[in-house]
Amino acid sequence: MSEDLGLWGIPIAMLGGMIRVSTPYMFVSLGETITEKSGRINLGLEGTLLIGAVSAYGVSYKTGSPWLGVLAAGGCGIVLGIVHAWLCSRPRVSDIAVGIAMMLFGMGLSFFVGKPLIQPEAPQLPAIELASFSEIPAVREALRVNPLFLLGIALAFFLRWAFAATRIGLVLRMAGESKDAARALGYSVERVRMLATMAGGFLSGIGGSFLSLYYPGIWNEGLSSGQGLIAVALVIFARWNPMYCFYASLLYGAAGSLGTALQSAGVDVSPHLLNAAPAALTLAIMIATCSRDRALVGAPRELTVGA
Amino acid sequence: MSQITQMAPSLEVVAMTMRFGAFTALEDASMKVHRGAFHALLGENGAGKSTLVKCVIGYQKPTVGDVLLNNKEVIFESTKDAHAHGIGMVYQHFTLVQNMTVAENLVLVRDRVPAVIDWKSEHKALELFMDRMPFRVPVRAPVSSLAAGEKQKLEILKQLYLGRRLLFLDEPTSVLTPSEADEVLGLLHAMTRKQELTVLIITHKFREVNAFCDEVSVLRRGKLVGGGLVKDLSTDEMAKMMVGAEPLRKPAPRADVPAKAPRVVLKGIHALDDTGAQALRDITLAVSPGEIVGIAGVSGNGQSELVEVLAGQRHAVSGTIVIDGEPYTPTREMIRKKRVNILPEVPLDNACVPGMSVSENMALRDFDVPPIRKPGGLVSKRALRDKADRLILRFGVKTPSPTSAIRVLSGGNVQRAVLARELSEPSNVLVAANPCFGLDFSASADIRAQIVDARNSGTAVLLVSEDLDELLELSDRLCVMFDGAIVHETKPGATDTITIGRYMAGSLSDRASAHPDAAE
Repeated sequence: MSEDLGLWGIPIAMLGGMIRVSTPYMFVSLGETITEKSGRINLGLEGTLLIGAVSAYGVSYKTGSPWLGVLAAGGCGIVLGIVHAWLCSRPRVSDIAVGIAMMLFGMGLSFFVGKPLIQPEAPQLPAIELASFSEIPAVREALRVNPLFLLGIALAFFLRWAFAATRIGLVLRMAGESKDAARALGYSVERVRMLATMAGGFLSGIGGSFLSLYYPGIWNEGLSSGQGLIAVALVIFARWNPMYCFYASLLYGAAGSLGTALQSAGVDVSPHLLNAAPAALTLAIMIATCSRDRALVGAPRELTVGA
Repeated sequence: MSQITQMAPSLEVVAMTMRFGAFTALEDASMKVHRGAFHALLGENGAGKSTLVKCVIGYQKPTVGDVLLNNKEVIFESTKDAHAHGIGMVYQHFTLVQNMTVAENLVLVRDRVPAVIDWKSEHKALELFMDRMPFRVPVRAPVSSLAAGEKQKLEILKQLYLGRRLLFLDEPTSVLTPSEADEVLGLLHAMTRKQELTVLIITHKFREVNAFCDEVSVLRRGKLVGGGLVKDLSTDEMAKMMVGAEPLRKPAPRADVPAKAPRVVLKGIHALDDTGAQALRDITLAVSPGEIVGIAGVSGNGQSELVEVLAGQRHAVSGTIVIDGEPYTPTREMIRKKRVNILPEVPLDNACVPGMSVSENMALRDFDVPPIRKPGGLVSKRALRDKADRLILRFGVKTPSPTSAIRVLSGGNVQRAVLARELSEPSNVLVAANPCFGLDFSASADIRAQIVDARNSGTAVLLVSEDLDELLELSDRLCVMFDGAIVHETKPGATDTITIGRYMAGSLSDRASAHPDAAE
């Protein structure tokens, strides 16, 4: 369709892909940043993402309102967050092991309840045309954005401010830096972590609703293709900084849309190979940033993945 | 916020007893701290000092006993009640949040933190607060970037910021250089003279007691055994009250060992710390058989990285280690061949498997060679047990049984157990890091005697310590580390703590002029 644009079609298609694909990464990584800043890791967000996707799709299909679907997805995310936080608060429980169990549980449950939803079509979220002035259809297509994308950007800026300048933000960081310091000041570390895990679940659920209600906008079992897991890794590359999470999400979005962009420009490469781009990028960044002599900078000190 | 005008309180403890089951940690202790006093609480580990303080600040409820503040009885159900009465505690270990700024740390501890913090006005208010204080720290700096002395100042500032007028200080100078310690204590002392502050300090350092304190109370085995005005007491009298009649093991007499060619030679060692910053700069050092080389320095100036490089736990970016003329890389074979032994700091974490038994921990160096290894790769339980029995007897390790988990032992006994393992065979090279940290007088004297014994029998000893007195007592030669480099080398007889303190603080250095091949 964009043969007339020649090779220019690739960056334009990638820009569009980046905007579409990055949104779930953004929500999951920002949610996980909140959870990890409180000193807990939630590896189960891949499961939360899928539960969010299937519940959003189901609610949208039954009620006809996609926004109710988004809320339902967030609600399911909160419930999974509560389960994770409650299990982790028990003595001698590893948050890594619980996270993996929760991921498998979320995947299994979403496949189970999602079986009847593979066929029907649910009402989708609306889009905002940012480039209605343009005559080029490819540009118009690329700059058609979902409100959730804009919300995600706003959220990144909001979190950067909230971590630095609100009481809740400071107490959250303190719980993640030093359990003892937080307890000494009379804050309940478990309560802070419970709320932070719930917030992380809520945002991840919303990230899932974007998958099923906008892009790709269907429900099937391969929907998330590991995006929830990659987003958790992304928080570490982003050094627990919400703005870096935003940039890293865009990068992953671009990598994830490489395949479709090349195809639309008529370049013949195996799509399966290109779909591995985000995973390859993860490996490449890990190799580039790892060190046997250095500990991670900026890691919340209570976190088990820290130094 | 603090009100400087408010008067400091007086404190009285009346007949306080604390029992934990059958164990009496504190028995019928009574003492009085006057308004504006700088009062020292002395005692060995386990003498009941921290129990006394915990009971006063409401952290624990005493079995019997009263606390009087300004001659009025007060009952503290929790530390919060004590805080409300203006009582604060500064711990030996920092309670600051490292990845936050000074300002964030101060604002967070307030009773009421606003939901949204207006940093512009908070910073202004904090600068004004610092102006009124005897010392200041940079408000916007992250705590992790502060030196130990500044962190300790910040801990004290935090108490003053909260308007506390009666401070308990628990060994507040253990991480400071002598001059930093003098500065911090001197400033607090000045505040007590103006009756703005009452201080009760727990310390082991008689130098500080003599320089700053008015009065002293001494605890031994949970009982108040003495006290009085510092000016009426000699250091020897105070030490006797602390230790009681128990004889200390004197350090083994130093045998004259003829000077020999160096056994361990470090040349140009560079290494990085966990954050990738330069931790060791061009360390060149030689230790001869029968010699103790002491490494002085404020903690965090590369000493632990140096020990890790020698132990094979950290990779050196460049430089060589040569032992007996052969290049040395710390692999298991090499360690065994060259007989290099390490007693790292906090040995329970760094040299033990806490959940394994004492006898298994004592065999970590040689469970894979006969006699403990049997044909077929099996471990001989009997050989393991025999060896442990021998070492427990020889080194006086107090353990319920050789099969008890090593983590149930007291700090001194873990130290003895690890030292026993490391010195069970004649050792060529011994590296010891803060070997007496946290031990009481008698355990320390014992460990020090073992180290001198090893030296006398021809071991090359590298002793890394934050305790200057220990280094001056034990070392044949003394090196000072600052910022990852050796900045000074001297003989213990030829110097004094103040000079060494200035090298430790980085205000003096030999490096520019006389350098690096100090060891040759």
